[in-house]
Amino acid sequence: MTLRIKQAGALSLIQDLGRFGFQDVGVTSGGPMDNHAFYWTNRLLDNPPNASQIEITMGPFVAVFEQSTTFSLCGAEVVAKLNNQIISNWYSWVAKSGDVLTLSFPKTGLRTYLAVAGGFDVPKMLGSTSTVVRDHFGGITQQGDKLRDGDALPYQPNVSSYCRGVLKQFIPDYAGTIKIGVLPTYQFDQFDEKAINTFFSQVYTVTPLIDRMGYRLEGATINFPQQHFISEGIVPGSIQIPANGQPIVLMRDRQTIGGYPKIGCVCNRDLNLLAQATPGTKIQFFLQDLFEAEAELQQEQHYFYRV
Amino acid sequence: MQVKLVNENSLIIYFAESVSIETADFINYAYLRLNEDLAEVIESIIPSYASILISCNSRKIGLQAFLRLVNTVLNNLDPNNIADFKPKQIEMPVYYGEEVALDHEDISQHTGLAFSEIIKLHTSECYRVFAIGFAPGFAFLGNVPTEIAMPRKKSPRTKVPKGSVAIADRQTAVYPNQSPGGWQIIGRTPINLLDITENNLSKFSMGDQVRFKAIDKQTFLAMGGVL
Repeated sequence: MTLRIKQAGALSLIQDLGRFGFQDVGVTSGGPMDNHAFYWTNRLLDNPPNASQIEITMGPFVAVFEQSTTFSLCGAEVVAKLNNQIISNWYSWVAKSGDVLTLSFPKTGLRTYLAVAGGFDVPKMLGSTSTVVRDHFGGITQQGDKLRDGDALPYQPNVSSYCRGVLKQFIPDYAGTIKIGVLPTYQFDQFDEKAINTFFSQVYTVTPLIDRMGYRLEGATINFPQQHFISEGIVPGSIQIPANGQPIVLMRDRQTIGGYPKIGCVCNRDLNLLAQATPGTKIQFFLQDLFEAEAELQQEQHYFYRV
Repeated sequence: MQVKLVNENSLIIYFAESVSIETADFINYAYLRLNEDLAEVIESIIPSYASILISCNSRKIGLQAFLRLVNTVLNNLDPNNIADFKPKQIEMPVYYGEEVALDHEDISQHTGLAFSEIIKLHTSECYRVFAIGFAPGFAFLGNVPTEIAMPRKKSPRTKVPKGSVAIADRQTAVYPNQSPGGWQIIGRTPINLLDITENNLSKFSMGDQVRFKAIDKQTFLAMGGVL
């Protein structure tokens, strides 16, 4: 039994937590742009943390449940309807066979995560179902295809009438200026004081040039004398400063190595927030302590992986 | 050697400030040791020209403890053991015909050499895999003879055919799949570089030694090459 996609919208992709273990031969990890929303979506259903979901970027999105199930929605603020009834996101709900789920274009945020109890049954490729369109990896075709109208995603019948929601304190606010914590790593020490002051004092704007590989920002120019470094490994959140001095934050589908200077890394928590930012969103960077950020990551992992 | 923290679960080890065969050998040795000794806690590892980026699984270990483990492995590396690693030798058949050597005119003009001379020089060298990245299985091989070094194209192609063999500065590479790219194309291999059904995903691994061998059109087609 399946979820039948009626309208896939701009970009809907199968994702699990990513493809690890092949970065040394140039395979990017992929995975959810917003891990926070992804973790909660599975958590609401007591799914394994890595169960496959649909990452719906922008939408609008329409699908029919061809088998009863419990499902959950987290992420962007959208108008969600089950048949004609408005339902809240950051909640789980029961769908009966034939029920139609409709998601509007987001009011705030950019990506919605949709999970069903037990996860979607998608074959793994190199240990993961994550779709990386550029590399032709993952997804239901295992060729990196995005979801299309008419696609059918199988899942096991598994209904619990027990529905629940995420506590308000864990639901991020995507509206307004977002504050992004930056770890002072990579070539941070090689930028001069003026560049560092500019970067942390000025407001940057998300441009329309954003995708799963990177977010291009615009704002005050950051000068850096040296343009090419020896290419080195790139983590998600790396902030490149190319020749034009306008930052690019590298996201989940980044290339594995790169040679631009990097002023630091967006911390895990705020990379999820940035992934929900739309063009025009204002960003204020601040210096984030690495070990505080690590403690937060540890806390998150322990919470979502506890049995 | 310098170890620096990168993010909540990653650190980077810098081995040198420039690229050399000696550094590549040592990095390959360190990469194999780290991968083997810390397999339990590693989430990903990315060796490159002069560094190794390594991320731990934060459910299994904290960053400080991981840093200590990495330092222990690094401190126990013995340069005398590098010689024990026999690099894999790979011979890549290449058809250098004009219909697949999309930039043969430009590179002849740039270098002032006949294309036959360029082929001779390209096949004369034993190359080293210095890094893998840009795309899955895309290996950066060095160093090409200075006579045939040529900068990247000013405006990259939107579609470089799969298997294209190309030069950029003193590096050469094979495009594993069709992709955008700015390197100067001098030929095409019929060999598949990426095979997700095999245990060995990528034809090339760090530290491999690679030679190119010229083949004729008939052989190229017989080996499954596509024009």
